[in-house]
Amino acid sequence: MSEPILSIRGLNAHYGAAHVVQDVSFDVLDEPVCVIGRNGMGKTSLCRALMNLDPPTASGTVLLDGQEISGKAPYAIARAGIGYVPQGRKLFQSLSVDEHLRMIKSPRQGRWSPAAIYELFPRLAERKKISATQLSGGEQQMLAIGRALLLQPRLLLMDEPSEGLAPRIVEELVESLKGFVREGTGVLLVEQNLGVATSVAERLVVMVAGAVFTETTATAMNADPELQQRFLGVTRVEG
Amino acid sequence: MSANEGLKAKHVATAGPRVSWSKGTIFLLAVLAVAVLGIGIQAASDATLFAQITLNGLTLAGLYFIVASGFTLIFGLMRVVNMAHGSFYMLGGIIAFLVQERMLKPDPTSFDLPTATFGSFVLPLVIATFSVALLGLIIQQVFLRWNQGQELRQALITIAISIIVADQAVARFGGIAKEISVPIERSIELPIVGNYGTMRLVMLLVAVVVGLLLLGLITRTRFGMIVRAGVDDRQMVTALGIDIQKVFAVAFLLGAFLAGLAGVLGGSVNSVNKADDGKFLLISLVIVIVGGMGSLTGAAIGALLLGLIDSYSDVYLPDAITNYGVLLTFFLLVFVLAVRPYGLFGRPG
Repeated sequence: MSEPILSIRGLNAHYGAAHVVQDVSFDVLDEPVCVIGRNGMGKTSLCRALMNLDPPTASGTVLLDGQEISGKAPYAIARAGIGYVPQGRKLFQSLSVDEHLRMIKSPRQGRWSPAAIYELFPRLAERKKISATQLSGGEQQMLAIGRALLLQPRLLLMDEPSEGLAPRIVEELVESLKGFVREGTGVLLVEQNLGVATSVAERLVVMVAGAVFTETTATAMNADPELQQRFLGVTRVEG
Repeated sequence: MSANEGLKAKHVATAGPRVSWSKGTIFLLAVLAVAVLGIGIQAASDATLFAQITLNGLTLAGLYFIVASGFTLIFGLMRVVNMAHGSFYMLGGIIAFLVQERMLKPDPTSFDLPTATFGSFVLPLVIATFSVALLGLIIQQVFLRWNQGQELRQALITIAISIIVADQAVARFGGIAKEISVPIERSIELPIVGNYGTMRLVMLLVAVVVGLLLLGLITRTRFGMIVRAGVDDRQMVTALGIDIQKVFAVAFLLGAFLAGLAGVLGGSVNSVNKADDGKFLLISLVIVIVGGMGSLTGAAIGALLLGLIDSYSDVYLPDAITNYGVLLTFFLLVFVLAVRPYGLFGRPG
């Protein structure tokens, strides 16, 4: 078994008295992992805790390629190699598309440059000069992924990337995620959309009420509607 | 950004006529109309005086802009409540004066310093602005970086600093206003205006250069991108591997530098005065609020409005109410906030 890219051990997070991430432990190896769960189960809190963004207040151990990153400042965690694509994209309304890409500087050499991002997402190249807020949802997501890639990350941490996107755009997104995985970038995906989750990752971590409820596989999940109903309370929409 | 603002501006413009004006706005517009009419009548009766006063207003606006551009960087963009900004201005003037005094060795019986050489003007200017910039950086590093987002604490800390600085200024500099000596002819001959203070024109030129450099810095450089991104979403900037503390430190250094520079220029044109700290803090606040938080263009327009109002009200107000001219500044504030609550170029943030 290879060395894990990301290793989470006993991660806890609190919003004041509310214990939103409870003793979460799992590893991300070469293959992508998807954390699934219903709304309000602590998925976004988990992402924020991994980035040490306050709130919530996080404690526990997180290793990236064997190096401890927990307790470091968010910028240090990002520079260590986590490319964070937050829920809702969080683009900067004052910046153009091009400026979003030019403001990121990675401490490492790597294959990603603004030119490489434009090659990956040609539609962004056509919209270089316009404000990021005027992009469509799909384009905004491309830009959010693009700027995270410029950090030359070991691991892409993506919080609900399919949210609010048209099915066709989601398909494209899934294809590009699979591409990153083939190139050796780790992917930790947080999703509510089971279709996206199972097509990107075989390993699924199910979160219920802030804790890891179980680990399962996409094959098992897809084969068992009852399992889906129990963990997610949703019926899968065939698309 | 520009495209977005353009859209917004268009929206406001088309929506304008349909807005039902409140009684307050109509009243304010009426007052404005009377003021413009009054100035117009006065201008027609004495064109030279009008030209002089207008130029006074413009050059004063230049000084105001240099101070306020530093303030818009610290308060408008980085959202650090710095109530010591006026103290930075005053310290710039005081340090430059004290350095120059040592260099020129004035006649103890005379009140004024002898005429400076180029070196004995530029060296005090450089020493003063860089010491103020350094002091600003130290204050930010020692007191403010621990209190990000804690506006009340920031305000109390910087008010405390400004009180200490003010007391020390009286103790070491004294209560009498003094003038920094300049190496150039005091006045030159201009068309229409006649004799006019050279340093005032230099000050206006410096303001324009400062404005263009800052605009370039904010719109063209990576530093500027990070500052703008930080205004939108500070946390996201840090989550992208950028140490925003460094950016804060640089912005604070630059803001204090500009206040110090303005202090030296103001001290050369008018005088170095122990009461300048409160005055210029207030001016900076008004300009940034009128212009819109964090907007350089807004700061320029705000400074222009304030400079002209100051200048016109000094001369054109009837004798009985000249002393109340200061109130017009607040009138401007009320007027702008009534019509555009986020300032002329501001946006909800």
